[in-house]
Amino acid sequence: MFELIAPFFRHLYERTGLNFIVFYDPHEFGRFVAGISISLQLIFWSLLLSLVIGVVGAWTQRSQSAIWRGCVHAYIQAFRNTPPMIQLLFFYFALGAFTPSVDMGGYTQPIISSFVWAVISFGIFGGAFNVEIFRAGLDAVPESTLEAAESLCFSRWQTYTNVTLPLAFRISLPALTNNLVSLAKTTSLAYVIAVPEMTYVLNQVWSDNINVPEMMLLLFLYYVLVVTLLATALHALERRLVLPGYGQ
Amino acid sequence: MTKRAFRLETEQFSQERFFCRFVDWRVGAGLLVAFALSMAMASAQGAAQQAAPSPLATLVIWMPFILKGFALNLVISFLAMAIATVLGIGLGLMQISLIWLVRAPSRFVTHLLRNSPWLVILFVIMLLLPVDIRLPGNQRVMFPDWIKVTIAFALPVMGNISEILRGAVNSIPTGQWESAEGLAFTRSQALRWIILPQCIRRAIPPWMNWYALLTLSTPMASIFSIHEAVSNAQAGMEAAGARPGLLIPFYLFLLCLFFIYIYPIAVWTRKLERKYAVGS
Amino acid sequence: MPSAPKSRTGDYRPWPDDKPIVSLNDVHKSYGMVEVLKGISLDVKKGEVICIIGPSGSGKSTLIRCINGLTPIQKGSITVEGQEVNDPKLDKLSLRRKVGIVFQQFNLFPHKTALQNVMMAPVLILREPKAEVEQRARALISKVRLTGKEDVYPGHLSGGQQQRVAIARSLAMRPDVMLFDEVTAALDPETVKEVLLTIKELAADGMTCILVTHEMGFAREVADHIYFTDLGVIVEHGAPAQFFTNAKDPRTRQFLSQVL
Repeated sequence: MFELIAPFFRHLYERTGLNFIVFYDPHEFGRFVAGISISLQLIFWSLLLSLVIGVVGAWTQRSQSAIWRGCVHAYIQAFRNTPPMIQLLFFYFALGAFTPSVDMGGYTQPIISSFVWAVISFGIFGGAFNVEIFRAGLDAVPESTLEAAESLCFSRWQTYTNVTLPLAFRISLPALTNNLVSLAKTTSLAYVIAVPEMTYVLNQVWSDNINVPEMMLLLFLYYVLVVTLLATALHALERRLVLPGYGQ
Repeated sequence: MTKRAFRLETEQFSQERFFCRFVDWRVGAGLLVAFALSMAMASAQGAAQQAAPSPLATLVIWMPFILKGFALNLVISFLAMAIATVLGIGLGLMQISLIWLVRAPSRFVTHLLRNSPWLVILFVIMLLLPVDIRLPGNQRVMFPDWIKVTIAFALPVMGNISEILRGAVNSIPTGQWESAEGLAFTRSQALRWIILPQCIRRAIPPWMNWYALLTLSTPMASIFSIHEAVSNAQAGMEAAGARPGLLIPFYLFLLCLFFIYIYPIAVWTRKLERKYAVGS
Repeated sequence: MPSAPKSRTGDYRPWPDDKPIVSLNDVHKSYGMVEVLKGISLDVKKGEVICIIGPSGSGKSTLIRCINGLTPIQKGSITVEGQEVNDPKLDKLSLRRKVGIVFQQFNLFPHKTALQNVMMAPVLILREPKAEVEQRARALISKVRLTGKEDVYPGHLSGGQQQRVAIARSLAMRPDVMLFDEVTAALDPETVKEVLLTIKELAADGMTCILVTHEMGFAREVADHIYFTDLGVIVEHGAPAQFFTNAKDPRTRQFLSQVL
């Protein structure tokens, strides 16, 4: 792959001065690929954690205990009404300063890396939105449909797994798509705690090589691509799972 | 069963409409108490270890400095919102133009501005906008960093306001256009006197919502060493000896600061939204 | 899941014809301060078709929902095949296998096809072999005249078609008694007929049916016995011929003069 594109971009640089160094310099290419990999992993784990938190939170919101409901409620408000960047800094610097480190033979490394803190922070931030989405999805399953299941002898658990959950998930999906795409964009903030994802890597590349416009273009294209792919995949899932006859 | 069943109003839940259904001042107050308690606890822990002024005392010393930074956050947010509103309405009107050559590019720009991460837009503006521009009369207009960052923050919001306008205009029933046409209004007259006045009510809650989101994004300015609340807080911690004990109180204070400012806006927006929902 | 019987044919003993299959005795039900049922008593014999009519808000739907235990009652007794519905130790599953209910709003599962809707309960709850259930389900769907719609989702069916799938879905559990809660109230006038026809055929097959309905002509045609309720009590009851022509109570007469 690299051998294939390298001559073209080297030529492009020599002819026009457009310096897409990540496509012809092996070292920079390695950085670039590592950046993509970290960035995609960051997106994947953040979205996953936010979904898990969303599901658990939605369950708790429907629980009988007012204390639990209050806690989840407070969590949602706290994380929705404060800047995600300060949340990230708080997790990484303030809480990170008090997590133990391990001796890696000569140097110490905190148990929780900046990458993991970013995942935790974005997961919790995105989760605050997902709780509401899943809860609304559960609430939107009509009581009467559940009654029908009950009168057909479904037990509570059978109703939950065969009727409530499949319906709630489908109902939630469009709202979820929006939120997950937003969260994927937000992960670029990991730059501030030096997680070597795309924004951070290209920043280093353009500082080293003074080719800001070219790398900026690349960064733009990268996010457009990632956001488009994610949205396309989720929309495809939506279309596959749409309740026939109840489509948009 | 109606065709509306089994569906959610998607917009209600996106991050772009982050006020959830139960904004309630009591929750806000409770959270503030929790913030304050954890801040006090964290600094009490730090105080036991050190002879230097306790973290809380340090925070009090630096508080005016941080608040001065926060004032800049607010100034940036006001200005950016003003720019975004004016330009966003322009872009939105272009989006509903009947002329394809106007409509298509404005749609593309709107789409681009809405779908790029804020941080990327910030980098583009901060690094690619020149420090000054020369006007014909050999006059120079300077672009200090904080002006640049204000422009950068205005851009994504502008895209979204453009989209709010388009959505609001589209949500007006076609009967309104038709009856205006029947009364011999031209398209622009109908827009000016019939359609847009009806849009304002619908557009105000999302507009406030975007203001809140914009304000919550202003800490990103600290990446470009603009002396707003976060950079000032970090500078303060540095100057006070960069003790780890300071981290929790300082960052919690920042979170509180934004929370105190944003939460009432959230409550207010929610109230307006409910009022308008009943009205329509 | 409690030890589910493989099939209900094993423990099935037909209920004798002479004893009432459903029996209500002085049933009281209130929601908070509002008493909606104030001492209802009625008996239904096997194979009988009972229609309950009355003005809106007279507690008809509540009454029918009490019979399969969806709504608990405060006082009195309801027995189905000798089993006390109001007994807290009652095995609700065994009750609901005997009593099928069809709702005003159909309440089909929108994520399953018509056939899957019908098959779901026998396969999941009764653990009957899938092939056998499918055969039965297809037969039921053709019985409600929906052959060809097996793989269509509820959202793509008309109200009348959905309601007939709902009837087939209940019948798939092989109930002894069917409850119909204003099943035509949410339908377009043109689809009402097909649903009523299905119910009529069911009644002709000897199914015990209890209907809450506003279709007076239909009630007159199919019912063996008509009950008129108002304000939570049974005002008057009798065979249709006598009930519609010869009502005694002034309230009944006033109601009939309004709807007929």
